[in-house]
Amino acid sequence: MAHDHHSGVEEASHQAMGEEHEHPTWREYKWVALILTLITVIEVWVYYTPFKQSTMFVPVLLGMSAVKFAIVVAFYMHLKYDHKLFRTLFIGPLIIAISTLTALLFLFSKFKY
Amino acid sequence: MTTAAVPHQAHPPTTTGLDHRKVAIWAFIGSECMLFASLISTYLIYKGKSVVGPFPHESWTDPATGHVLQPILNIPVTSMSTFVLLMSSLFMVLALEAVENKNKPAYQGTLRGNSSFWLMATALAGATFLGFQAFEFTSFVHEGLTIRRNLFGSSFFTLTGFHGAHVTAGVLWLLTLYSIDKKRGLGPKDAVLVDICALYWHFVDVVWIAIFTLVYLIS
Repeated sequence: MAHDHHSGVEEASHQAMGEEHEHPTWREYKWVALILTLITVIEVWVYYTPFKQSTMFVPVLLGMSAVKFAIVVAFYMHLKYDHKLFRTLFIGPLIIAISTLTALLFLFSKFKY
Repeated sequence: MTTAAVPHQAHPPTTTGLDHRKVAIWAFIGSECMLFASLISTYLIYKGKSVVGPFPHESWTDPATGHVLQPILNIPVTSMSTFVLLMSSLFMVLALEAVENKNKPAYQGTLRGNSSFWLMATALAGATFLGFQAFEFTSFVHEGLTIRRNLFGSSFFTLTGFHGAHVTAGVLWLLTLYSIDKKRGLGPKDAVLVDICALYWHFVDVVWIAIFTLVYLIS
C-alpha cells in the first residue's frame, strides 16, 4: 500500500510538471556535469593556443558553447522529457532572439557580406 | 490510498492539462531569452568601438600619461566562476531529484535524499559566483574601467550586471526554498515548486555559457 501511495504521488507529481518521461538518473546527471566541465576546459585551453589566430577559432568556440547550451537545456532543464508546449515556449522565443541578434549584427556591419 | 493522495498533488484543472506555474516559468524564460539577446547584441555592436581604454583583449597606452593598461579581462578567474556556476546546476538537479524521491526508501537517510543539503549547496555556489563577479568588478574599477569610461565599460557592466542581478534573485529564491524545507520539509507534492526554481536557475546558467564565450573568449 505504501508503495502504491508513493508511486501514485510521484506519478501525479510528474504529470503536474508536464513530464512525459522519467528524468535522467543521478549517474547520468554526473556524466552530464563531467561533459560540461570537459568542454569548458577545452574552450579555455584553446584560448591559450595558437589556434586562437585561426579563422576557425570563433566557429569552434561557438559550436562548443552551443553544445553546452543544448546539453543543459535538454538534460538539466528536462526539455527533452517535457511536454511539447514547453519546448515551443522556449524554442520559439529563442529563434526570435537569435534571429534578432544576427540581424542587428548585419545591420551594424559586424559581418562582411 | 493512491486516489486519496493524488488530490494533494494535482493542480486545478487547466485547458492544457499542465500546471500553470510551469507554463508561466517557461513563458518567462522565453521572454528572458529576448532580453539577454538584446543585451548581448548591444555588447557585440559596440565591441571594438571604444575610443579610450582599457580594452577587453588588447593593451592600451594612455596618450596623456603614457601609462600602459593591460587587457582587462581575467580569463583564469572567470573560468573558475564559470565552473562554479556549472556545478551549481548539477547541485540543483540533485536537489530536485531529492525532493521528488524523498519518500523512496533508497533515498531516506542518504545524501541523495537530503534536499536541504543540495539546495544550500546550490545557493552557496551561486553566492560564490557573485563573489567572483564582485571581485572582477572591483578590480576593473581599480584599473580604470567604469560604466562611464567607454562603450566597452557601459555595455559590459550592463550585460554582466543584469546577469548578476538574476543570479542574486536565484540565490534568494533558493534560500527561501531551503527555509521551507527546514521548516516543514519539501516532498514530492512540492516538486513543482523546486522545479520552477530549477528551471530559472539553469536558464541563468545557460545565459552565462553564452556570455562566457561571446564576451570573454572571443577576442
